[in-house]
Amino acid sequence: MKPIEEALQQRILVLDGAMGTMLQRYHFTEADFRGERFKDHKHPVQGNNDLLSLTQPEAIATVHAKYFEAGADIVETNTFSGTTIAMADYGMEDLVYELNYESAKIAKEVAKKFTDKDPEKPRFVAGAMGPTNKTASLSPDVNNPGFRAISFNELRLAYKQQAAALLDGGVDMLLVETVFDTLNAKAALFAIEELKEERNISVPTMLSGTITDASGRTLSGQTAEAFLISVSHIPLLSIGFNCALGAKQLTPHLEVLARNSSLAVSAYPNAGLPNAFGEYDETPEEMAQQIKTYLEKQLINIVGGCCGTTPEHIKAIAALVKNYAPRPFLWPDKTLKSV
Amino acid sequence: MSSEARYLRLSGLEPLIVTPESNFINVGERTNVAGSRRFLRLIKEENYEEALSVAREQVENGAQIIDINMDDGLIDGKEAMVTFLNLVIAEPDIARVPIMIDSSKWEIIEAGLQVVQGKCVVNSISLKEGEEAFIHQATLIRRYGAAVIVMAFDEVGQADTYERRIEIAKRSYQILTERVGFPPEDIIFDLNIFPVATGMDEHRKNATDFIEGTRWVRSNLPYCSVSGGVSNVSFSFRGNNAVREAMHSVFLYHAIKSGMNMGIVNPTLLEVYDDIPKELLTYVEDVILNRREDATERLLEYAETVKGTEKKSTVDLSWREEPLQDRITRSLVKGIDAYIETDVEEARQSVERPIQVIEGHLMTGMNVVGDLFGSGKMFLPQVVKSARVMKKAVAYLLPYIEDEKDTHSQPQGKVLLATVKGDVHDIGKNIVSVVLACNNYKIIDLGVMVPPEKILATAQEEKVDVIGLSGLITPSLDEMVFVAKEMKRNNFEVPLLIGGATTSKAHTAVKIDPEYAHAVVHVNDASRAVTVVGDLLQKDRKTAYQSNLKKEYEDFRDRFLNRQNEKHYVSLAQARKNKLQLDWEAANIQAPNVLGVQQLDDIPLETLVPYIDWTPFFRSWDLHGKYPAILDDTVVGPQATELFADAQEMLQQIIKGHWLQAKAVFGIFPANQVGDDDIEVQFGNEIFHFRTLRQQKEKSSGRPNIALADYIAPKDSGIQDYIGAFCVSAGFGTEQKAKEFEAAHDDYNAIMIKALADRFAEASAEYLHKEVRKNHWGYASEENLDNEALIKESYKGIRPAPGYPACPDHLEKETLWELLQVEERIGVTLTESLAMWPAASVSGYYFAHPEARYFGVGKITQDQVVDFAKRKNITIEKAQQWLQPTIAETP
Repeated sequence: MKPIEEALQQRILVLDGAMGTMLQRYHFTEADFRGERFKDHKHPVQGNNDLLSLTQPEAIATVHAKYFEAGADIVETNTFSGTTIAMADYGMEDLVYELNYESAKIAKEVAKKFTDKDPEKPRFVAGAMGPTNKTASLSPDVNNPGFRAISFNELRLAYKQQAAALLDGGVDMLLVETVFDTLNAKAALFAIEELKEERNISVPTMLSGTITDASGRTLSGQTAEAFLISVSHIPLLSIGFNCALGAKQLTPHLEVLARNSSLAVSAYPNAGLPNAFGEYDETPEEMAQQIKTYLEKQLINIVGGCCGTTPEHIKAIAALVKNYAPRPFLWPDKTLKSV
Repeated sequence: MSSEARYLRLSGLEPLIVTPESNFINVGERTNVAGSRRFLRLIKEENYEEALSVAREQVENGAQIIDINMDDGLIDGKEAMVTFLNLVIAEPDIARVPIMIDSSKWEIIEAGLQVVQGKCVVNSISLKEGEEAFIHQATLIRRYGAAVIVMAFDEVGQADTYERRIEIAKRSYQILTERVGFPPEDIIFDLNIFPVATGMDEHRKNATDFIEGTRWVRSNLPYCSVSGGVSNVSFSFRGNNAVREAMHSVFLYHAIKSGMNMGIVNPTLLEVYDDIPKELLTYVEDVILNRREDATERLLEYAETVKGTEKKSTVDLSWREEPLQDRITRSLVKGIDAYIETDVEEARQSVERPIQVIEGHLMTGMNVVGDLFGSGKMFLPQVVKSARVMKKAVAYLLPYIEDEKDTHSQPQGKVLLATVKGDVHDIGKNIVSVVLACNNYKIIDLGVMVPPEKILATAQEEKVDVIGLSGLITPSLDEMVFVAKEMKRNNFEVPLLIGGATTSKAHTAVKIDPEYAHAVVHVNDASRAVTVVGDLLQKDRKTAYQSNLKKEYEDFRDRFLNRQNEKHYVSLAQARKNKLQLDWEAANIQAPNVLGVQQLDDIPLETLVPYIDWTPFFRSWDLHGKYPAILDDTVVGPQATELFADAQEMLQQIIKGHWLQAKAVFGIFPANQVGDDDIEVQFGNEIFHFRTLRQQKEKSSGRPNIALADYIAPKDSGIQDYIGAFCVSAGFGTEQKAKEFEAAHDDYNAIMIKALADRFAEASAEYLHKEVRKNHWGYASEENLDNEALIKESYKGIRPAPGYPACPDHLEKETLWELLQVEERIGVTLTESLAMWPAASVSGYYFAHPEARYFGVGKITQDQVVDFAKRKNITIEKAQQWLQPTIAETP
């Protein structure tokens, strides 16, 4: 059993909070994003947070450290957009391997420092694999509903490259996250399975979807339960939801997962719903209060924060979960070999 | 803990879980080119629209899974499969059910698996090509996340006996579960349903062997399911649907009892078991269950008697009886395009002009779509579908509209859309783009990460009518504000649409709208965009609509800010402690040259002309822009120039004909601040009090809570200070002239004279203020400012007017009137609601202190209302009534 699996059996694990929210505090300019190395890059790169792993690595390491200090067991690598598909907007497809590899290294190094300090509480790094900015199930052109801007195979290859780089960089697990189109996630899972087979390794994989609006569905139209069924073919470390909603609004959807799955369940909601100015203003105390409901209902095994959450939020959550037992769960049937 | 039972779980947009308690799972079979000639023809003709309606019909008829098969020698099966599946996925009312990807070719199956997000069923694989291929395919199917149908077929051939069926099923099951790691609950066996009553002896046991084989599989191979293509069993009775329906029902009745839990069935070819005529039931059961030697002959004989009675399709079409608008709305909401042309034609005949169908019937329907979407009762793909029906309806109407030889045949307008700099999300924007395109707008879509320069340059080059900005991430909100500022700086006038997940009406109203002088609209969904853009560009109404919008957002902003601020008020006592403290010792207060009241009965109009500020004149005609730049404006320039020429012409007539009379009364008086907020004014032996209102909004440290009284030296300082008061009017004669024009049906000049009178009144105020500063009071005798500097209020001192932000209560006008004897001296009266008459009048105070600035009192709280009433010696109710717009909403 891997250390992450052991830890998951013992306690509720705390995931980190938002990277973007923390990076916004630095007010990095276009020049900061570019650094010396990309000063002549032909596209504007401000907003390409993943690039900061190369141009502002200290900032990334500092954010990771802040979350670990706050009590996080797991931090996510700064690789939300680390695919050739997402990087195409910045003309940085060629950097994908390096971005993921270096991001993994940075996070791993910080994690190691914290683990060395307190070996009783090992710290982990999850390689974040975002949804990309294209959807395999939805047409971007309403005149042509059968059109697709991206194919399964394009996604599979892009994800495979990202996953390989993250694993080479030393991540403890992969996290396919903010899934708004299940078909994109299936391509990522397919790629991970291929890597597992090619390298003859096991890779703990977390999967986290996003319920986007009041309809209670993913962007690609699936209900929470249909989403769960659609990704249950791969042995996962955990299944869950993140982003889009605050902790409170996420509760009914987590209940669907908890009721219908024997896997570990993860949740990392936003700090409430954005206010009129797009800011997330739920305080750590308010958020922790809502997460208490998860714990009382035994809904989760892994909990953290998404947009708008800060080390203060994670600290409040970490303090809270100590007092609760994790949700009982089953490992994916070990008699089924990896496919 | 939830116990995850080993059930077959499938998914489309919604889940389908097959439990032991589940009823028979009905798989739709009509979208199969091998089984449906009509479907084959539609696919060959690439008539996908109708092909989709076949799928929809099946789901509406109760199919819980739809089987899709494109195996035909004359079509490219792989391409047809992918094309059709992609279209199906875009139809939420079809895609809600799981899909069965049906092909004998592995490449078609794999292509299908790559385009469906839900958990599908592959139909089918078998040991026909040996174990290696079987294992390879099963492994991939598992990796794609699908369940699988395994045919009872092996290297030797198809299982056609009971023994062969169970032999192949057992072997397949073992390989899948033990060697591939396939979950047994995801295995579905197709144990081959073959025809009975063929006349051949070896076929007589076909049904019973299947039924018994099913019983064995379900008892011996845990968690798996059994399926089959039911219509095969009645193959020999093709053309006789009455018999076939009965055979299907009977076969299913018995097969289900033995454990068959799903099957491919045409629900329209299925009789209810209990409704089968008794005689027919007996003959059919004899055949299916192989109960008599002569069963086949007896059924054939009977079949001759019932030939040709067919059942009708059972799709519920009762909604077609509803009123026209309901039908159109339903078609739009449900995304049904089969009847839209018929209905639109009916609508067209009911209205005067075809465009009214778009503006009326169709928009009504789209608004329902918008509302449902907004409340989470419809989701995106459905809205997209609605847009397509809309497009079809519009396309149908277009020739009629063009026939009208009317401007409507042109695109209704050009809309520029862009996701702002730094943001790469464009799904929502693309939908808006298409929905608008469907509605006959020309769309210029600049894509994502569009820098503001490009948005502005393109908008100018293309002369767009509307600019739409989209963004999903939070920094985009600031970027949108920036674009709005740039639009203002570049004198844009086109409406600005704001959309995207993090945008809101509040943000738009509070942060964006004030930065741009023209319409800014938050459009929260695509279907609403059509209505909004339509109204914005509507030829005859757009000006009114846009200015209403401006007002609406202003009101919204005010309300929002009030709500935001309500907890940030301080008490009146605290506000007074934080009043503006001017250094009165150091103040160089100038005693006026002339004290007391003076009046000017006929200010020469030509004297006033240089003091006219023309910018508000254009604004009153809904032409926005600063004078004189507005005359050269690319959009309104010509109109503004023409208007200005007309104004100049009338101006000369006014002066020559002495159409208007400008009068003024004003005075300067000794005054002091008393009790923090009041100004005590001395006029001869009489004492008057101006009551001023104090800001109560909580201030950041160092910033005072101001009241106008703060600009006058407090009485206890022992320093004598002064205040001025005035009323000017240029309205005398206006009403009469306006009536003359109206009588001549010349509304243009009727408005013009009023607009010019207003300008003269303001010019009089400006002129008089200057005279007072330089001569009568004389504190600024050295002042030498040109007109532009005057308009910019570059001079020392202010002249706030009651009813305006620095002194929002109108009641002080009563004191002013009394002090200056305004009515008696120049004839300007106050209406019941304290408006001045004639309307082209201005009244106010003069404050001379160099630090005096215009400010807004903002909202005040109840304690000040009570205090104000007490000071003024009026009832609290009266104070409340007059101060109402100024009172902060109490939580």
